[in-house]
Amino acid sequence: MTVVSLTVNGNPVQVETEDRTLLVYFLREQLRLTGTHIGCDTSQCGACVVHVDGKAVKSCSMFAVQAQGAQVTTIEGLAKDGKLHPVQEAFRDNHGLQCGFCTPGMIMTAVDMIRRKGAMDRDTIRHELEGNICRCTGYVNIVSAIEDASRRMTESAEKAA
Amino acid sequence: MIPYQFNYKRATSVAEAEEMLRDSPEGKLLAGGQTLIAAMKMRLANPSDLIDISGIKDLNYIRVGPDAIAIGAATTHFEVATSREVAGAISALAHLASIIGDPAVRHKGTLGGSVANNDPAADYPAAVLALNATITTNKRSIAADDFFTGMFSTALEDSEILTEVSFPIPQKSSYKKFQNPASRYAMAGAFVAKLKDGSIRVAITGAGPCVFRVPEMEAALAKNFTAEAVAQIAVDASGLNSDIHGSAEYRANLVTVMAKRAVAEAA
Repeated sequence: MTVVSLTVNGNPVQVETEDRTLLVYFLREQLRLTGTHIGCDTSQCGACVVHVDGKAVKSCSMFAVQAQGAQVTTIEGLAKDGKLHPVQEAFRDNHGLQCGFCTPGMIMTAVDMIRRKGAMDRDTIRHELEGNICRCTGYVNIVSAIEDASRRMTESAEKAA
Repeated sequence: MIPYQFNYKRATSVAEAEEMLRDSPEGKLLAGGQTLIAAMKMRLANPSDLIDISGIKDLNYIRVGPDAIAIGAATTHFEVATSREVAGAISALAHLASIIGDPAVRHKGTLGGSVANNDPAADYPAAVLALNATITTNKRSIAADDFFTGMFSTALEDSEILTEVSFPIPQKSSYKKFQNPASRYAMAGAFVAKLKDGSIRVAITGAGPCVFRVPEMEAALAKNFTAEAVAQIAVDASGLNSDIHGSAEYRANLVTVMAKRAVAEAA
């Protein structure tokens, strides 16, 4: 057992956990942040994507102890002051989901790719989504949502500049 | 899926990691963990201790010199893929790193982990072998030709820690892979390089149990560096991988096709 100290969605957290606890189980079962989903548990589907120190990672493929001292952001940490994150808004506006199970991972991956790439065309978005699977096969609207969000966020960043 | 119990230790230097490794004979090094953790979850790997070397600053660097790019073992695929210096010196190497797994995997997975693990379908071993890279450990330097010894096996000894791979900058090179559409692992990948001394090396990953060179292709390309030169050269299918994704014969054909594409791009 190890006491893991980290920051989750801006809040300091200090919890004792087994060394073998995967980050996704730590978040879901110990912190009760169940927005992060477990789809395949084999690192292929991307439903468990969270940000660790600002980068998208699969939380089923890292141990909680590895996040010692890290800044972790989950889907619960995106909305601020009751206002949805622009990527969340774009998923709603474009109906970027069907059953919704993959959505948290899709959104966390989308936020990461927009941070790195800014406004993107559909081919780039599809390439960047290689690690996320939608079992409903609802990719068309997911890609539209990310395209829309990437444009909106880039425009608002330009206005602010 | 829950792995067996183990003790997690974080090393802050190579010397400390070496000591920890010596103290735990059943221990394993953890870098990005993108292969090891999956194997532990399947309970195919059962290390007593995990020694995390991903935070060792001295193992995270990219140094481009006039003749070679030296990359620290804990450098991630993402860092190599997005390095302008790497792209400028060996664009095929940056490209190779950019098509490993997916973005989240590339944020964690490391060069050293990939090379030390020597998965039959991993991408980096093809670059190491084709570019005639030198592998440095805490004990010695190892030539690429002596490093990969078989499926998931290398010349690394038990308490040996891979610290750096130095890739000679070639005259030209290219990497082409036919990837499994689900896992992005190579069904067959060909790295073709013409080194500064004029020698040609062709390394194939994904097709066999371990990365291998194709001397017939190298000889043909030495005379005529065109895709046509390798178009009629087929590798023997016996001994190649055969699974639900493709037969050995199919992979043997892919080897020639990928080699042709790589040469066409490099030429």
